[in-house]
Amino acid sequence: MKILVLAEINNGELAEDQTSKTVSAASTLGKVDVLCASNQCSDASTNIAKMENVENVLVLEDVLFAESLAESYSETLMDTINSYSHIFAPSSSFGKNVLPRIGGMLDVMVISDVSKVISEDTFERPVYAGNAIQTVQSIDKVKLISVRTSNYSAVPSTGSADIKKIDCKGNNPLTTFIENKMQTSDRPELTSAKVVVSGGRGVGSKENFEIIEGLADKLGAAVGASRAAVDSGFAPNDWQVGQTGKVVAPDLYVAVGISGAIQHLAGMKDSKVIVAINKDEEAPIFQVADFGLVDDLFKAVPEIEKKV
Amino acid sequence: MKILVPVKRVLDYNVKARVKADGSGIDLANVKMSMNPFDEIALEEAIRIKEKGNAEEIIAVSIGVQQNQETLRTALAMGADRAILVVATDDVHNDIEPLTVANILAAIALKEGPSLILCGKQAIDNDFNATAQMLSAKLKWSQATFASEIDVKEDNVRVTREVDGGLQTIDAKIPAVVSVDLRLNEPRYASLPNIMKAKRKPLEEINPADLGVEVTQRLKVIKTKEPDSREAGLILENIDQLVEKIQENVGG
Repeated sequence: MKILVLAEINNGELAEDQTSKTVSAASTLGKVDVLCASNQCSDASTNIAKMENVENVLVLEDVLFAESLAESYSETLMDTINSYSHIFAPSSSFGKNVLPRIGGMLDVMVISDVSKVISEDTFERPVYAGNAIQTVQSIDKVKLISVRTSNYSAVPSTGSADIKKIDCKGNNPLTTFIENKMQTSDRPELTSAKVVVSGGRGVGSKENFEIIEGLADKLGAAVGASRAAVDSGFAPNDWQVGQTGKVVAPDLYVAVGISGAIQHLAGMKDSKVIVAINKDEEAPIFQVADFGLVDDLFKAVPEIEKKV
Repeated sequence: MKILVPVKRVLDYNVKARVKADGSGIDLANVKMSMNPFDEIALEEAIRIKEKGNAEEIIAVSIGVQQNQETLRTALAMGADRAILVVATDDVHNDIEPLTVANILAAIALKEGPSLILCGKQAIDNDFNATAQMLSAKLKWSQATFASEIDVKEDNVRVTREVDGGLQTIDAKIPAVVSVDLRLNEPRYASLPNIMKAKRKPLEEINPADLGVEVTQRLKVIKTKEPDSREAGLILENIDQLVEKIQENVGG
């Protein structure tokens, strides 16, 4: 068994939380190598080398990998991949984009969104928006696993892996990067934040979402949103929590004006403590919340912000 | 140009999935089944591209059981021109894996020669999020996943993708496989006259073997269980109590 983890690096910047938690999941099976492919690798590879359980950091530095476009990334990986039996990636938009393409190239099924590594061929994963958990056993020679990182803790930074440069040959005649419109924020990252404050349809407008943001900032929290809020244009897409958005499991999740559709619960019900504020006492969110307040959010949230 | 749209028949998104008592899977007997919502969005986009004059024909494909022809009739009523049903199993509980689906779709694509394949980004039953990427790899075509905007140009398709940090725009060379996300469009409802017309549109029925594809299962489902459930907690009486609970759990 030889294990490779694909580090998520965006334009030279390591997604440390996602990568470390993926290393953590992969470590269930043993020591791992980590592939560090980007346009700038020096900072990222130094950080990866410190992750516990990492043996080798394979550095593939080329401008081709700046945006991790699926074609060039998977094509190039084919050379490296042959000696590995397990390939792990975070179940982020990076991992979900790249890993199944590698599966198609190798004629191997991908095991998406793994919540628990049970053994070298057996894994647990949620299906039906988390309404069921399936245990699956893979008969493929190579296991391709994307990790639901919210189920794992980051590994300690006490390691000292070797950093090895590997050769890159590859090009990408198929897709061309045009531009990124990334949200920049001083708030903690949604998927790794200790506290998340989320707003739903009940918030009513983009302007009103400032109430949610105000409370989040007071608590040092990340801001989330339900699909309904994102669809209505109250919040940007990268805030969406749920089956098709991000999966979060913070210490505290505050759901404001969110009814609690199963698709939303799929993305947050592993939070340690859930607090819900909704004026409708019948809202399904109260069935999963540890603490609920039936109240008008426009009155309650500003007052909470003042008092916490 | 031709556009191929795969549509999956899944448990309706409003119906709660029930785990079978013997742990063998989800109970799909006598429950409402519908077109996978992401596939509806893909089909709607194909129809809009055609309405703008950028495509001549839309082919809907469904892979699964015989009853998938209902899903294809819906696709035809929405605006697909013809349909291909690939009967790959006779048991609705036998979910065809994305890898096999990709192999079947690749074989159809080589026969039909579409310029664009529009897929839903994931099926809401198995939640794999894999078919489009695997298909794109099989065909060695360009890949653009999680599209929230699609603009078809002469040699390429400009796709804005919903990624974790925000939005990314890429140009994917045609032929391309594009997977669509929620905010691309709002699918139309089929009108009654179109439902009637759809009954006369061509629906071809084939088997995976006709395409030279073997149906395999690489992931054996050993067990399906209910997730750990959360107990409903306390309803608090006032804001001060809530503030206290928040303070107890921040940085805890």
